[in-house]
Amino acid sequence: MQYISPEELSSQADKIIGTLNPETLTPKERRAIPLQEMPTQDPEVRRSNMEEVALGYTENQVKLEAMRCLQCKNAPCIQGCPVAINIPAFLDSAAKGDFKSSINIIKESSSLPAICGRVCPQESQCMATCTVGKAEKDIMRSVQIGRVERFVADWERDNNQIDIPQVAPESGKKVAIVGSGPSGLTAAFDLRKAGHDVTIYEAFHKNGGVTVYGIPEFRLPKAIVEIEIETLVKMGVKIITNFMVGKTRKLKDLLTIDGFDAIYIAAGAGLPKFMGIEGENLVGVFSANEYLTRSNLMKAYDFGKARTPIYKSRKVAVFGGGNVAMDAARTAKRIGAEEVHVIYRRTEKEMPARVEEVHHAKEEGIIFDFLTNPVRILGDENGRVNAIECLKYELGEPDDSGRRRPVPIKGSEFIIEVDACIPSLGNNANPVLSNTTPDLEINKWGNIVVDETGKTSIDKVYAGGDIVLGAATVILAMGQGRDAAVSINKILSK
Amino acid sequence: MNKIIEKVKLSDDVFQMKIDAPLIAEERKAGQFIVLLIDLEHGERIPLTIAGADKKNGTITIIFQAVGDTTRLLAKKEEGDYIESLLGPLGTPTHIQKYDKPVVCVGGGIGVAPLRPIVQAFKEAGNEVISIIGARTKELLILEDEINRYSNKVIVCTDDGSYGRKDLVTAPLKEICESDNPPGEVIAIGPPIMMKFCALTTKPFNVHTTVSLNTIMVDGTGMCGGCRVTVGDDVKFVCVDGPEFDGHKVDFENMMNRLNTYKFQEDHECNIGLDGKGAKK
Ligand SMILES: Cc1cc2nc3c(=O)[nH]c(=O)nc-3n(C[C@H](O)[C@H](O)[C@H](O)COP(=O)(O)OP(=O)(O)OC[C@H]3O[C@@H](n4cnc5c(N)ncnc54)[C@H](O)[C@@H]3O)c2cc1C
Ligand SMILES: Cc1cc2nc3c(=O)[nH]c(=O)nc-3n(C[C@H](O)[C@H](O)[C@H](O)COP(=O)(O)OP(=O)(O)OC[C@H]3O[C@@H](n4cnc5c(N)ncnc54)[C@H](O)[C@@H]3O)c2cc1C
Ligand code: SF4
Ligand code: SF4
Ligand code: FES
Repeated sequence: MQYISPEELSSQADKIIGTLNPETLTPKERRAIPLQEMPTQDPEVRRSNMEEVALGYTENQVKLEAMRCLQCKNAPCIQGCPVAINIPAFLDSAAKGDFKSSINIIKESSSLPAICGRVCPQESQCMATCTVGKAEKDIMRSVQIGRVERFVADWERDNNQIDIPQVAPESGKKVAIVGSGPSGLTAAFDLRKAGHDVTIYEAFHKNGGVTVYGIPEFRLPKAIVEIEIETLVKMGVKIITNFMVGKTRKLKDLLTIDGFDAIYIAAGAGLPKFMGIEGENLVGVFSANEYLTRSNLMKAYDFGKARTPIYKSRKVAVFGGGNVAMDAARTAKRIGAEEVHVIYRRTEKEMPARVEEVHHAKEEGIIFDFLTNPVRILGDENGRVNAIECLKYELGEPDDSGRRRPVPIKGSEFIIEVDACIPSLGNNANPVLSNTTPDLEINKWGNIVVDETGKTSIDKVYAGGDIVLGAATVILAMGQGRDAAVSINKILSK
Repeated sequence: MNKIIEKVKLSDDVFQMKIDAPLIAEERKAGQFIVLLIDLEHGERIPLTIAGADKKNGTITIIFQAVGDTTRLLAKKEEGDYIESLLGPLGTPTHIQKYDKPVVCVGGGIGVAPLRPIVQAFKEAGNEVISIIGARTKELLILEDEINRYSNKVIVCTDDGSYGRKDLVTAPLKEICESDNPPGEVIAIGPPIMMKFCALTTKPFNVHTTVSLNTIMVDGTGMCGGCRVTVGDDVKFVCVDGPEFDGHKVDFENMMNRLNTYKFQEDHECNIGLDGKGAKK
């Protein structure tokens, strides 16, 4: 697809908007409205800056896109959204230009729409079930629900329309939240709204979890996360950074000594996975977590100002095919690598990354080596990476999941010269809490086990998000925070 | 924000600071460390061992050598100033038990600082403690009195013979291994090369030897994987599995290479003075 400038997209929308009346549109007219592409920074420019790639719709674009919604009676999109936002209702308000009521409808179900609108894997959630996409036999042509969601959330922020939610009278109960990622923030929001005295404990020096240390600025500006956190503080939530529950204080001490009535654990994912191949400890091999944390949390990309170094490399190989791999590859490019390869064992179709990320990565010149897998990392006499050996794969018989299984082609080994590798293969669970809390039940992957109410094996202690689900998504982590808040409210009102 | 209560210069570029951190003082055990950061926006997180703690006054002690960017910035802070971010106690505490044979504690250079609480803990557990502490030269030797207080015997070595024996710490270590009262356990903390040779020294005598690894770290909480080392056939994460490991199994060559990951870059930036960091000279 060719790059179209924001000005062009905007003027196209301006031309048709006057011809349409959202009050009287017929389904046929709605179907005729062109899908609104997201204006983005020019790939040639953005590949060397950290600023956000997607610039957001114009007012006319957002109205047009919202008018593409057919306002289905059964609204199958709602089932696709893990927090069941009333999608047709918020789209209807947006189509009519009533952005305030649009954002209010979203906020009934989601407290972080500016974040979800940007990072939700929409094509496998709300867009996957949308009638428009079904009719066009292409999910990517569904109503661009997330883009509209993002617009109204940004509109609210940029116009100082953020209302600090009403907090119920003080309940006299205290709740501790472990971790300030999307799951912890959501639970804190709901629990504070119910009048409880809420304290978030965060191990890092900044709040937001993966949204600040993992997902790069060019996809999710940190200022957006900060505003969400400010809202919580204004509601009276206490946030204590540099506090690692389990280490700074034992989990149980929070209950027995500090007098908390309930705890919600949202500690997120932990140690990165490696492939277990030769050479993985050579100098120049970084987990995506390390690479991205240096860049995002410590701003290592800000050469000259940042005190944290980031490895300067010319040719980088990223292993994996998820969002994390895309983020690592695109960050490497921005930090100055001339050539960045994403090496993935299957084909593009099977890549778990969001379609938009893959598209953006390609525009930025990232090279994709599909049906390829690294077997060995090679180093020089100083133990520094200088090449990788890969094996070619072909698609064989379908496996249990129906996907054709990649099988290695014998004798197809070949060498790619690189000076850095970034395995981006997901995470295991963080062991700190379970190691220091003997009664906390975990499964064989180290994730905390919870019942249907979100309760762990310890009374008054609930858990959710990546620490329970394994690596999941922002919206799923949020949804669990919300569910746990309901359960906690229930036990606290007894 | 944690307040610096007291600052003492121990040698030319080694400083001791008492810092207000009541929760850490209460929880910490020998062998654990903190991660600190100066400048929330652009700072670097660095790990430092907790060299001591005072539960009553709610303070911890750190001892550090100003070797690079962040440690030099830290050295510029004075009593009454604050450290912007301080997290701890991290890492798995030292395994302390009573041995039938002497426990030999070997410390080199700045490594004597992390050794201090361990010497104390072994002594308090009823062990006969022999400490070997070394430095390049007399002026760089730190904490001799403190180590003395908790040891049955202290052997001091300097590379240039300006104080104590003119030897590397491995020489007396070998003699003790050869004596008729060999060690039940050896702990060695210091520069990687020293720990490597201590482990090589004790290996033929089959004396279990614990080393405390000072890899590069980012979070210190088991998230980034940057601190990984090869121990035997396994990959271990120093911040959560360590920092202490069986010295006979650690791949020191690999660890030393990894410590130099940014060496070229940092030296380069600092030499040409284009880094804008000011603190580097
Ligand atoms: C690079 C990357 C890209 C991603 N891209 C997307 C995307 O595009 N779309 C999407 O939907 N999802 C994406 N994800 C996944 C998504 O970010 C996570 O599923 C989500 O953040 C999980 O939220 P959480 O609140 O459970 O945990 P986290 O966001 O991991 O937050 C957990 C927080 O708890 C803190 N903590 C941990 N242990 C303790 C303790 N003992 N005491 C105190 N604090 C503690 C941590 O420091 C952290 O801040 C991505 C993930 C990564 C790593
Ligand atoms: C668990 C642990 C405990 C530690 N305890 C202490 C302590 O009690 N006192 C103390 O002085 N130091 C200690 N260190 C080492 C300390 O973390 C480093 O000296 C510090 O990170 C250097 O940071 P910098 O920004 O000042 O130097 P940088 O500018 O980052 O580096 C300066 C020079 O030091 C080298 N270097 C970088 N990181 C380390 C490292 N972790 N170890 C050794 N050399 C390094 C660099 O390659 C470079 O040549 C400990 C390290 C670990 C992992
Ligand atoms: S929260 Fe995510 S899944 Fe739900 S409507 Fe918004 S973009 Fe779609
Ligand atoms: S399924 Fe699609 S078209 Fe139907 S209401 Fe939902 S968003 Fe609109
Ligand atoms: S320092 Fe990041 S995992 Fe150990």
